[in-house]
Formats: sequence, C-alpha cells, structure tokens
Amino acid sequence: MGILELNKKKRFTDLKKNLPLLALTIPGMLYLLINNYFPMFGVFIAFKDLDYSKGIFGSDWCGLKNFEFLFRTSEAGRMIRNTILYNLVFIILGTVLAVLVALLMSEITHMTISKFYQGSMILPNLISMVIVSYIVYAFLSPETGLLNAVIKSFGGEPISWYSKKEAWPFILVIVQMWKTVGYNSIVYIAAITGIDPSLYEAARIDGAGKFKQIFRVTLPQLKPMITLMILMSCGRIFSSDFGLFYQVPQNSGALYSVTQTIDTYVYRGLMQLGDVGMSSAAGLFQSVVGFLFVFGANAIVRATNKENALF
Amino acid sequence: MKNAKLLTKGEIAFRRLSVVVLGFTSLIAILPFILIFMASITEEKSLTQYGYSFFPKQFSLDAYKYLVNQISTVGRAYLTSIGLTVVGTVGNMLLTTMFAYPLSREDFKYRGIFAFILFFTMLFNGGIVPSYMVWTRLLHIKDTYFALLLPNLLMGAFNVLLVRNYYKSNIPASIVESAQLDGAGELTIFWKIMLPLSVPVNVTVGLFAGLAYWNDWTNALYYIDNTKYYGIQNMLMRIMENITFLTSGQASRVVDTSAITVPSVGMRMALAVIGILPILVLYPFLQKYLIKGIVVGAVKG
Repeated sequence: MGILELNKKKRFTDLKKNLPLLALTIPGMLYLLINNYFPMFGVFIAFKDLDYSKGIFGSDWCGLKNFEFLFRTSEAGRMIRNTILYNLVFIILGTVLAVLVALLMSEITHMTISKFYQGSMILPNLISMVIVSYIVYAFLSPETGLLNAVIKSFGGEPISWYSKKEAWPFILVIVQMWKTVGYNSIVYIAAITGIDPSLYEAARIDGAGKFKQIFRVTLPQLKPMITLMILMSCGRIFSSDFGLFYQVPQNSGALYSVTQTIDTYVYRGLMQLGDVGMSSAAGLFQSVVGFLFVFGANAIVRATNKENALF
Repeated sequence: MKNAKLLTKGEIAFRRLSVVVLGFTSLIAILPFILIFMASITEEKSLTQYGYSFFPKQFSLDAYKYLVNQISTVGRAYLTSIGLTVVGTVGNMLLTTMFAYPLSREDFKYRGIFAFILFFTMLFNGGIVPSYMVWTRLLHIKDTYFALLLPNLLMGAFNVLLVRNYYKSNIPASIVESAQLDGAGELTIFWKIMLPLSVPVNVTVGLFAGLAYWNDWTNALYYIDNTKYYGIQNMLMRIMENITFLTSGQASRVVDTSAITVPSVGMRMALAVIGILPILVLYPFLQKYLIKGIVVGAVKG
C-alpha cells in the first residue's frame, strides 16, 4: 500500500468514526447558521439604500450615508447617552445591592427561611416585562394607581406619571433593581458559601467582630467574583433590555428623551417608522461597539486572572 | 461558625438583623404580585372608585368568571402559550444536548471549530434588522406558528456550554469508552447514557428554555400581525396598548373607538395573574435547579 492510499484510508476511518457525532450536531449547526450567521452576513444592509421593490441584494449601495444620517440626528447622542448611563447605574447600584443581599443571606442558617427569602427575591426575575408593565401600571396609573391614591390621601394633586419624564430615570432604576437584585445575588451567595471557614475562625481568634470579618475576609474573598461580574456587565454596556425601556413606559412618546435606548430606536426605526437604513446602521454600530467592549472586558479579566477569562 | 453557642453577642445581633432586613426585602419583592392579585379579586366598582389597593373594600370573582366566558379568545391565547412552551422547551433541550454531546468528547475531531462557531455567537450578532430580513424575506415565517418558535429561542450558546461542561465534569469518559467496547453506537450512547445521567442539567436547561418561551413577547411583536397567533403575553401587551391608545385621547380623532374592546380593570389583572400562574405553581419544585444553573453558568458559561 502506498502512503497516499494509507492517508486516504486514515481519512476515511476518521470520518467514519466522527460521522455519528457530526450527525448529532447537524440540527444545531443549521440553527446557528440561520439564526445567527445569516444575520451576521446580513449586516451589509446598513450600507445599502434599501428599496423593497429592488430587493435586498438589488438595492443600491450607499456607503456610509446611513451612518452619517444617523449621527447627524440629535437622537443618536441621546440614545447612546441613555443606554450607557442607565447601564452604569444598573451595574454600580445592582452590584452593591446584590452583594449586600448576599452578605445578609449567608447569615441566615435556617433552611426554610433562607429558601423562602431567596425564592421570593428571585421571583420578579422570572416574569415577563409585559407583566412587569402591568405591575408598574397598578402603581402608576393616573386614575386608579396606588401611588396617586396615596398622594391624594395626603391631600396632594395626582400626577400623570406616564408623561412626567423627570420621574422615569428613577422609576426605571427601581423597576430594574426590583427585578434583578435577588437574581444577581445568587452567584455572590454561592461564592460566600465557598469561602474557607478557617479564615473566619482565624479572624475571630484575632478578635474581629462581624463587620471586621465582612471587610477583612468576606469582601476580599468576593473581590474576584465581583470584578468578573462587573466586567461581564461592562461588555454589555451598549445593549439594553428592550422590554424595560419599551414595555414598562408603555411606548409613551412624552418619555422618549429619557427612555430611548439603542434597542428601542432600532425597533422603532424598523417596525414603526419604516426607516430601515438608520435602524440597521444603529444596530450594526451597537453590535460592533458591543463586540469591542466584550473583547476589551475579556482582555482585562484575562490579564488579572486567566482562569476566569471567557476566551 | 458551626456551633451557634460560640457566636458572640454582636454576631447573633447581626444574624437577627439579617433575618429582619431580608424579610423586608422579600416583602418588597412579592408585594407587587399580591397587589395585582388583590386587584383581580376586587369588585369592579370599588376598583374604579378607589383604585388598586392591598385591602379591597369588596371582593368579587367576576373578573375570573368573565375570563371563562371569553374562552374563545383568552383560552386560545393561553393554549397557544402552553403549546409553544411545551414544543419550544422540548425542541430546545434536544438541540442543545445533541450539540453539547459531541463538543464534550475529547476525541471528536471537529470539536475545536464547532465550539468556536458556537462561542462566536455570544460575542457578535448581526442585530435585529438583518435577523428580521432573514426570517421574513428569506424564510417567510411571518404570521405562522414558526414565528413564535424559531427566532432566537430554540438554541443558545449559553445553554449548550452549560450542558457540555456538565458532561465533561460529571460523566467519566470511561463510561463512554466501555459502552463503545460493548458495541454501542454514538446515538445509543447519547440517548441511553448521556441523557439519563445528566438529569439535573437537563432540568436546568428545560427551565431556562421554558421560561424564555412562556415569557416571550418580542417574537410576536416582530413577526406576527394576525392576533389569532398571539399567546397570553402578547394578548396582555395588546390590551395595554389599547388602553394607552384610548386614554391618550388620540383614539377619538382617529378611529371609531367602539371597535376597540378594553376589558375591565379587574379582568386585566386577572389575565396578568393567570399569565404568572404556571411559573408560580412550578417554581417551588424547580428553584434548586434554577439556582444551580445560574451559579454554574455565571462562573463558567
């Protein structure tokens, strides 16, 4: 047998050996292709002057015109500012509260109580933003809302919340915290459980009180996890929860200046205004910058602790 | 830490404080749910007169009775949601585990490239507009049940990596090897060995997928115009939109408002309650799988 034939045979047995495993991946690969990779190749739409009558491929190229138009509008700066500022507040406040909850949670040794507490605090994260918008409406409805009822009972004037834009940065932050803090505390609780108990023993022998134990043992031990979670959130700083910014304010036009994020802009451009060009430009801008942020965040994680890096 | 008797006074005080503070926090987490439940069993007149309240003046089950009478619309939406969630969850679990198993095998030749193809989807995405074009212009799923099932939710990299890591760390390679020696094919090994040996992670993945399908309203927002394909979430969404439309004062100018039906306040809340109900019922049994999945996924997802 010549070496060529041997190679051929080896390749054949290789394939034969791998074929059943290969077959198992087919449905998944097909799905990734259609759901993820086709759209990736479709980003060229952002460089086209889309005309449905000519079709997507037949439409004229327009270079960077869509981007020029987008960034000339006042809308662009506003939605980028909103997206980043909300995310910064969510990251900082969210981390502080989640760690705080985890610290207290790890003090509760009674299994039933801790399970009930944790269950209750995760629950808001399990419901859809549509339901959240109903709950928020129950509080903020101008006529029947709980908040206005309270205001009225103190003799105040009812407020029409869905057009009062000064209030919404606070409302959105509160809603987001209500929905995510319990959920986000889970990883910190697990991390605290994993801390070596002998560290606390040593601290106590040295006469450290509870607060000293938290600041000298728990928090330093949690630091890698906190850093990791913050960096991962920073990687997503350019995306927003569409439901939070669209559904909860009920698409109220009076609130756009404080509720418009890149995601709501892309949706409105595509589905409501028919402005596919600017919408796709904003979408691609978000994807590319988002990619750079994820990459950057990962590079930092990698530099500090290689094991925790995503790639 | 093991023996409570050894705790100092300060430590005991801190524990008590924790129980109280977190009790308060938990209350904040669940009170809004209680509020909408209370509203759903409040008599309509006292709702419109006094608004939402934790302590209704007059109870009534009218809202739920009305829902039962609306079985042709509400029932249809509810069944759509249930059917979608069942099909979607099973589909997601199948695709996810089938993709994860080859990736977990050290001797699978194309492991590296497939893992990269999967992983890259977590880093970069084409965005909404190209996705919309692919699904509507290329695959024409608009206004079909496929529109609810296919986009975004059927398989995700996060879940696949979760399962792959479980296979790698919890199922010894020797089990696979000995099965191979006994002449079992890869499909048999996957179906008869890997799946039954990884029940916890299967439950976690099913839970994530089930929640995603039950709670999804964006697919219908983009890909459904005909309301007969609406699930419960989109039905709720549409009702809320109609209310906003009517109260914003645009309605009278634009269209004949009598064509838009807006259910009573109580009935809306009853709808929201039945929208959460399946989650509330199943949750206590599934809580530990959910927590496990989040912990494992967050550390290495």
